[in-house]
Amino acid sequence: MKENLIKYILGIADNSLILGQRLSELCGHGPSLETDIALTNISLDLLGQTRSYFQYAAKLKGENTTEDDLAFLRKERQYLNALLVEQPNGDFAHTIVRQFLFDGFHLLFLEQLRTCADTQLAAIAEKSIKEVKYHFRFSSEWVKRLGDGTEESHEKMQVAINDLWIFTNELFLMTDAETAMHREGIGVDLESLRADYQEQISEIVEEATLQIPETKYWQKGGKQGIHSEQMGYILADMQYMQRAYPNMQW
Amino acid sequence: MSQKEINLLEDFEQKIKDDVKIEPKNWMPEKYRKTHIRQISQHAHSEIVGMLPEGNWVSRAPTLRRKVALLAKVQDEAGHGLYLYSAAETLGITRDELFEQLHSGKAKYSSIFNYPTVTWADIGAIGWLVDGAAIINQVMLTNTSYGPYARAMVRICKEESFHQRQGYEIMMTLCNGTEEQKEMAQDALNRWWWPSMMMFGPTDAESTHTAQSMEWKLKRKTNDELRQMFVDQTKPQADLIGLTIPDKDLKWNEERGKHDFGEIDWEEFWQVVKGHGPCNKERIAARVKAYDEGKWVRDAAMAYAEKQAQKEAATQPISKTA
Repeated sequence: MKENLIKYILGIADNSLILGQRLSELCGHGPSLETDIALTNISLDLLGQTRSYFQYAAKLKGENTTEDDLAFLRKERQYLNALLVEQPNGDFAHTIVRQFLFDGFHLLFLEQLRTCADTQLAAIAEKSIKEVKYHFRFSSEWVKRLGDGTEESHEKMQVAINDLWIFTNELFLMTDAETAMHREGIGVDLESLRADYQEQISEIVEEATLQIPETKYWQKGGKQGIHSEQMGYILADMQYMQRAYPNMQW
Repeated sequence: MSQKEINLLEDFEQKIKDDVKIEPKNWMPEKYRKTHIRQISQHAHSEIVGMLPEGNWVSRAPTLRRKVALLAKVQDEAGHGLYLYSAAETLGITRDELFEQLHSGKAKYSSIFNYPTVTWADIGAIGWLVDGAAIINQVMLTNTSYGPYARAMVRICKEESFHQRQGYEIMMTLCNGTEEQKEMAQDALNRWWWPSMMMFGPTDAESTHTAQSMEWKLKRKTNDELRQMFVDQTKPQADLIGLTIPDKDLKWNEERGKHDFGEIDWEEFWQVVKGHGPCNKERIAARVKAYDEGKWVRDAAMAYAEKQAQKEAATQPISKTA
């Protein structure tokens, strides 16, 4: 039970960590000062959530484990985030579509998690929902603005949706730890979120005059620790200090 | 000059004398307006360019706590840039024009940001020294004569002093750490000390803008007075954490009640100001890239807003649109 719970928490936390890390790469390079500030805000929220999850997981793990051990000292195969969140920032269309596709899922997920039997997780979910509602509103507005903006922006957005849609199915596939936690009344039944997700995402995509592509073949693997080639570079960057200067206080 | 203009100028000068703020709608001499656009935009550009050297360490910050704090700090700088551009806009210039001046090299920004952040300790040194020097300059500006600038500075100063403490705390943590960490901190101080001293600008004898700026209360202390304050403030802080300021002439002068210090390398100062510092090209290139790559996004947002306004107008009852 404890092993599965830790794994379950790490899976949730890693999504926020890796997406937060990706967004933080953009700080200072946004298309306008206002979007720069907004994306940094989202990154800060996600990293804040990550810390709450990791602090909880570290406590469960015991042996003086810290949030930073979990964030910086695992190996590539031990990170359990979905492939979607590790995708590169690309152009602003890719950044926004990645955010939008994740936010839609994230909000539905947290709304369920808030009612789970684990009070600590429920409390983190409760706090995070307020933030993620704003994220979803921000990314949805930008999807509409860019989808229904100029011909150029419409085209870029359609390319981004076509590129990233294939990563959405993985969000709803249950790992063993997720299934076990669901049985305990803690984990969210991901499959049950799928219909609402489809509906909410389609509605906004349609309003943005864009289309969800027909897809037969999906990508998966991140949640099992089998990542894209991107992941090694994210970790090389993120873990650099902890690897180069081990066992120090910062 | 007509009688009307003479009256306006007298009224303006009286306000400055009485410490009454000049507001955007008040009459002001053209040179006052231009000088303020130059200084406020230079300050705004410094905030925005200043995001780059620190942003360089966000993805590699050593702990989650440090990552979040650094990210929040860099975001504060974006916020400062935003208020300052808005303050400059009240003087009749657009943000696009201001960016154009930055990108073409016509507008300057603080030269300190043309130095590279080589190690994590540089993030501590920037907070401690660069924000420390900036505060000394900026506290003076909370009293400046132009209202929107003075008000922006009040808010900015509060955040900057938080950043300065945060930077010093990074240095202190390093100095309490391993030998390697302490060396990292000393190395960062060695590299950032003199560029920080240069932040106050040329000596009073060389400064071309000081006299006019003092008269308008845009400045209330000279470059050399401010630099002295910085040295006197920073030396005990370095002593406290066991770091050595890299200036062999730095010593307490009992008679003056101040520290004496060595000569700045003015050749280096002018080299960097004129665009030949270690990172001048990279900094501007990064800003130009973000701006150019963001063009389609800004255009789309504008097009979308227009479409929405048209839709709204089309659905309004005729009596309301008339």
